[in-house]
Amino acid sequence: MKHIADWALNTATLRGASYADARIGDERSRALSTKNGKVSSASDSESRGIGVRVIADGAWGYAASDDLSRVAVESTAARAVEIAKASSRVKQHDIQLAPEKAVSAEWTTPIQIDPFTTSVEQNIDLLLKIDSGLRSVAGVTLAEANMNFHREEQWFVSSEGANIHQTKYTTGAGYAAYAFAGSEIQKRSYPNSFGGQWQNKGYELVQELKLIENVRRVGEEAVALLKADRCPEGVFDIILDASQLGLQIHESVGHPIELDRVLGMEANFAGTSFLTLDKLRKLRYGSDLVNIVADARQDHGPGLGTFGFDDEGVPAQCTPIITNGLFTGYLSSRETAHTIGANRSGGTLRAEGWNRLPIIRMTNISILPGDKPLTREQLIASTESGIYMETNRSWSIDDKRYNFQFGCEAGWEIKNGKRVRMLKNPSYSGITTEFWNSMDAICSRDEWVLWGTPHCGKGQPQQVMGTGHGAAPARFRNIKAGSAYKGN
Amino acid sequence: MTRSEFSYQCYMLNKETAGDIFERIIRYSTADEVEVLFFGGKSALTRFANNTIHQNVAEENYGVSVRTAFGQKTARATTNKFDDESLKRVVQASENLAKVQHPDADLLPVPAGLPGERVRATAAIPSRHLELTAATTPEQRAEAVKKIVAVAAKHNLTTAGIFSTAESLEGIFNSRGLAQWHTQTSSELSITMLGSNSSGWQKANSPNVANLDPLKLADIAAQKALESASPLEIPPGKYTVILEPAAVLDLVGFMFFDFGGLAILDQRSFLNNRVGAKLFGENINIWDDVSHPQQSGAPFDGEGIPRQRVQLVENGAVARLVYARSTAEQMKKSEYKEKVGLIEPTGHGFPVPNEMGEAPMNIVFDPSKEPKTVDQMIAGTERGILVTRLWYIREVDPYEKILTGMTRDGTFLVENGKIRHGVLNFRFNQSLIHMLSNVEEMGTPVRASGEESFDMVVPAMKVQDFNFTEVTKF
Repeated sequence: MKHIADWALNTATLRGASYADARIGDERSRALSTKNGKVSSASDSESRGIGVRVIADGAWGYAASDDLSRVAVESTAARAVEIAKASSRVKQHDIQLAPEKAVSAEWTTPIQIDPFTTSVEQNIDLLLKIDSGLRSVAGVTLAEANMNFHREEQWFVSSEGANIHQTKYTTGAGYAAYAFAGSEIQKRSYPNSFGGQWQNKGYELVQELKLIENVRRVGEEAVALLKADRCPEGVFDIILDASQLGLQIHESVGHPIELDRVLGMEANFAGTSFLTLDKLRKLRYGSDLVNIVADARQDHGPGLGTFGFDDEGVPAQCTPIITNGLFTGYLSSRETAHTIGANRSGGTLRAEGWNRLPIIRMTNISILPGDKPLTREQLIASTESGIYMETNRSWSIDDKRYNFQFGCEAGWEIKNGKRVRMLKNPSYSGITTEFWNSMDAICSRDEWVLWGTPHCGKGQPQQVMGTGHGAAPARFRNIKAGSAYKGN
Repeated sequence: MTRSEFSYQCYMLNKETAGDIFERIIRYSTADEVEVLFFGGKSALTRFANNTIHQNVAEENYGVSVRTAFGQKTARATTNKFDDESLKRVVQASENLAKVQHPDADLLPVPAGLPGERVRATAAIPSRHLELTAATTPEQRAEAVKKIVAVAAKHNLTTAGIFSTAESLEGIFNSRGLAQWHTQTSSELSITMLGSNSSGWQKANSPNVANLDPLKLADIAAQKALESASPLEIPPGKYTVILEPAAVLDLVGFMFFDFGGLAILDQRSFLNNRVGAKLFGENINIWDDVSHPQQSGAPFDGEGIPRQRVQLVENGAVARLVYARSTAEQMKKSEYKEKVGLIEPTGHGFPVPNEMGEAPMNIVFDPSKEPKTVDQMIAGTERGILVTRLWYIREVDPYEKILTGMTRDGTFLVENGKIRHGVLNFRFNQSLIHMLSNVEEMGTPVRASGEESFDMVVPAMKVQDFNFTEVTKF
């Protein structure tokens, strides 16, 4: 593929580009899903094309085409330069890129079982077995199960000499049971909402998830919620399960640390951030127990933000974001690194596919587990009075990332260290830094899970990206809970 | 044929070329039935922030999606490659997936090409492909942005936004002779103006780029940013609100997926046991109407069935649901058949197979008997909140249709008939059912565009007792 990319780079350079890179992408996906005893979707898809990014006259241009013939590739590169020159008509400064050593490299997601080699028939049988098990619970009115595989092969070549061939695999699987009765619809999902668990793994993920083993419990909890008491309204100590804490990190840490948001580049759609540049290494973001990193390295785990190189050829890195409660880092790119005094990008520029411009995206934004051994049950046992909440149901946060409100699928009241009753419609809300400063306990490594958030939207045209969030159950003191359902 | 042959010599994939590709696919297939979707086009988007064009992109991409059926088994495969090898591969992939499915008793044969006996044709739609839009250049978009930046600079503001233009196609062919084709253009302009502690926003789109007025939109957005400067904090609670059309659109958009028949069969709709009930105020009348002059999109659905004009809500009562072909057949055999009104395919299905069934996607609100402008609504309000735009709306309760979200980019206190001051943004938790039961006044419906829902023709609304639950810090 390098010769195709070179057609683009040569054309761009000849047309006046001072920098150019080309990404050729070859993507393949499979989606299987069942609903109430039937296959609701069975589809394969593939997509291949090239995206050419250039700087000309000090401004950016980008053009993409699904046509990899020489005439089309050269035309696409020429178009990117034409667009960059148009961009230069409305600019304040010339684009400057932080230096990065150009490398030739190969990188592939380590997988044990290529999911595309597994039997479609057996996978559908597994989903239908789950479906049948969920619907065998009296009161379950809707059962959904899904399995998704994705493979993305990419060749990145730049005018600086980079030549990187990278292949990433993603697998996702999960299910949900719904129960409708009277005037309410309740839901339980496993192992998480948003289609379950998603990681950069092969089919071994499906085998590890204990899907069948949890079917009965999930169905029964969906029905039990109909008769459960409503989450009380007031101020409580709350414990969040790891998956909900993962989404809390995503919304109230991951997005506000995106440097493009901070600099106003996303102001029209995704919004800006309360983390203005003056807050770096000064803001007390959370309590001393809060340690959060942005880690794209394989060593961190098979998260949706794990890779060898980002989409401008910068190697995967680990950036400390919150260190013992202090705000210490942003997500940056080659274009933005200088604004925080960095001489190198943090390596977070990623694109949804070959047809989209790479932008700053979360990698794996993870809270580190506690040092001292602490299980979820021990954490609950150490809580005199509170509410334990599990699995996200609704999520919303303002466009500077201060005020948030989350709803969960299920809750349990805690009294004297024990779960005493199930609660329906649990929700909580707060202000980001006040919330993280109220964290007084987090479970240890054994409870830590690297969750996948597969559908994070950002950018214009909007791009969907997978992000990773490692988390363990944690406790937060004096949180406003239970008010979301007062919508009448 | 390679893509370069049709894209660079024939300009854009057209119905004739697609027909040739369909014939090749038919030859490669051994399935009982074949259905082929075509999609794609050219698009470009100029993005600006900090008074600078900071991203500027263009894309050309076309795809073909092949559904094969063997008896009651079906599956789909998609590619963006049109050479013989790729077409053979996509057919093979579709057939391999289809053959291992469990038979679906509800799967129908693909619809016939001649006007169907069981479906009504819709009215013809106006042409939605404008050459002026398709021919817009990066230089023209940059010049428009330059004018917007000049407005920002004049007011000591910074601006961010997008200006996009595109032309796209949708086509569907099947082995029973159906052949549908639709092309259209689109253009969109979204502008945020930012002050030191305030912001304003405007957005518009149209198939015809000439309908976009960058200076007018920039002026309104700038005015909102200036008037909301140094916002006051006022307590949350129930307020009379005046929702501009974009805010209405982003809220009501959360209910229309529940108007599909399959949502009732799945018991996941807030209309479970409520079809026919008077759920909203007498003044609420809602249609799905692809032929409306301010609407856009193809006049056929994911199986090629013509989209009917359907009244969804009549004088506040849930009047009808929309149906894909298969859903209509399932509903007729279901325990709900006596409770859901007229059951027939309406041309609102998604491509088969799918999980969601169908949904109305061309929403049009009827005009009020006495439409009021936003200024008239303000003038008649003793105390209330004017909302420009909403953000990050999510469903909290699926049956009571309680939504949460934030106000954004221009939220104002109205007192004694006048805008008094900008206010800090609110979080709301509000039932859509209650909101549409409390609409006191409405404007003339206009084509509006937001961020959370598809475009619609909706009015501004003045609503009583809108439930703000928290205040944020800006």
